[in-house]
Amino acid sequence: MGKWPAIAGIAASIQAGELKAVDLVKQSLVSINESKDYDAIISTLEERAFKRAQDIDKKVAAGHKVGRLAGVPFIAKDNFLTFGGRTTAASNMLKDFEAPYQATVINRLEAEGAICVAKSNLDAWAHGSSTENSDFFVTKNPHDKTRVPGGSSGGSAAAVALDMAAFALGTDTGGSVRLPASFCGLLGLKPTYGLISRSGIVAMASSTDVVGTLTKTAADAALVLDIMAGRDDMDSTTIERDKQPYTDLENGLKGKKIGIVKEYFGEGLSADVRTVIDEALQKLKKTGAGVAEVSLPSVPLALAVYYIICPAEVSSNLARYDGQRYGLSAKQAKDLDDSYYLSREQGFGAEAKRRIMIGAHVLSSGYYDAYYKKAQTVRTKIINEFDEAFTKYDLLVGPTSPTVAFKIGEKTANPLQMYLADIMTVAANIAGVPAVSVPAGESRGLPVGLQLIAPQKADRQLLGAAKAFEELI
Amino acid sequence: MSKLSRDAVLKLAQLSRLKLTDEEIERFREELSSILDYVEVLDKVDTKGLEPTYQVTGLRNVMRRDEVKDYQAKPKELMKNAPAVEKNQFKVKRVL
Repeated sequence: MGKWPAIAGIAASIQAGELKAVDLVKQSLVSINESKDYDAIISTLEERAFKRAQDIDKKVAAGHKVGRLAGVPFIAKDNFLTFGGRTTAASNMLKDFEAPYQATVINRLEAEGAICVAKSNLDAWAHGSSTENSDFFVTKNPHDKTRVPGGSSGGSAAAVALDMAAFALGTDTGGSVRLPASFCGLLGLKPTYGLISRSGIVAMASSTDVVGTLTKTAADAALVLDIMAGRDDMDSTTIERDKQPYTDLENGLKGKKIGIVKEYFGEGLSADVRTVIDEALQKLKKTGAGVAEVSLPSVPLALAVYYIICPAEVSSNLARYDGQRYGLSAKQAKDLDDSYYLSREQGFGAEAKRRIMIGAHVLSSGYYDAYYKKAQTVRTKIINEFDEAFTKYDLLVGPTSPTVAFKIGEKTANPLQMYLADIMTVAANIAGVPAVSVPAGESRGLPVGLQLIAPQKADRQLLGAAKAFEELI
Repeated sequence: MSKLSRDAVLKLAQLSRLKLTDEEIERFREELSSILDYVEVLDKVDTKGLEPTYQVTGLRNVMRRDEVKDYQAKPKELMKNAPAVEKNQFKVKRVL
């Protein structure tokens, strides 16, 4: 571990001529190849990556200034549209899809000199918590090959843990960045809803989807966030960014009031995780931060809210895949209607079908008020409890996941069991608040993540606390 | 737990334009029912006086100029992913 130095240092070394971008791309591709058997990667963008690296090296040689991420290789979850290869969302539907434009965030990172070297595996359409719903293959956990890396951004997490690149991008709709970060021993950031543009990202549940990062440290996450954050005309849900750089992470825990969320320490919490988290909380208390227990009684309802809202939005967002304009198109269809049915039958896996049908059910006339409207109203109740808690506390804390990484195949027979893996991450998505999973220690060789949650738009303060926590552990 | 009927699953599949095998119909009857059963916990939650939240950051009616932007995508590249094209237009199967 730890083959990549701090991201800010890489660009500085490139600018100084001490490192060559081409060599970093090579190093990244070698690492990808060495750890092939973990199945973290769907495709590499070798040709485009080398071309971009050569351009950066030429600029440096000519004495020009290069960007803040010059020559930094990164990996994008394969639901980010990128040039230079395919974008599949790990689905049969899009297995041959070549994006005609790039995600806004990819353009912003490239403008600062970052180089996307590969696309990582995920649960198809980001539907899942383990990568086992990928239509292609299952990614293995870098700490134990018989276990899942978490999901849905499991390929990105495994890739960073295996040093395939300096950082990776993921998306977090119900926990899809934080859960794999927790299972793979990384820092996983889910920013405030709307802080980062989703233009050019395969949409899942649009009222909770955010772009997140998988990195080794809070400082790395802050730098990447600083480059991606802010309004984008192509995504009307984006919000104004902070004027102060997100990289200002001074004294993150000093004088902070921290609330331990009582509901996250109930029966469902495994002993392995409880022990590690309790130890971490003891260390937090010793820093002089004001740590006390707080109750958010409606937070355990967030998963039920999510499993109405998410499938409703999924069924709408996946309606566009009709086999006519792009994506898989069934050859043997006899007429247009038949073509819709066959293309969707062949292009969607079991989990996508489940979510589409649940969504159709909860949105159908006669059920809409009982399910969808009720869920959105309980959502208000959850938001109110967060607002109330944040009048007394700067941060909330708890475990990221009730368990360490589970075994491959352990939860695939029962979709509801798989959904429960997100029980501790999903409330932050429902409320749109930023949250981060930070490595807190290990239990029998498997990483455990601690989750910090902050009020909306307090992303910088959140990362500051994460950095201070890293130093504590 | 009330289990969804076979007809209810077929209706959802039809609304979703999904063709299901007999085996899938039975499996989805079980699985969809258990998910709907789980979310029923919300029925008992007291939400008197609360309004639903559809947008969490409070944005409303965000507008932008209606203008042509060079978004890198050329018409030919946009059509590249189409299963069937004629005269630079999407070609679909017969409707009737």
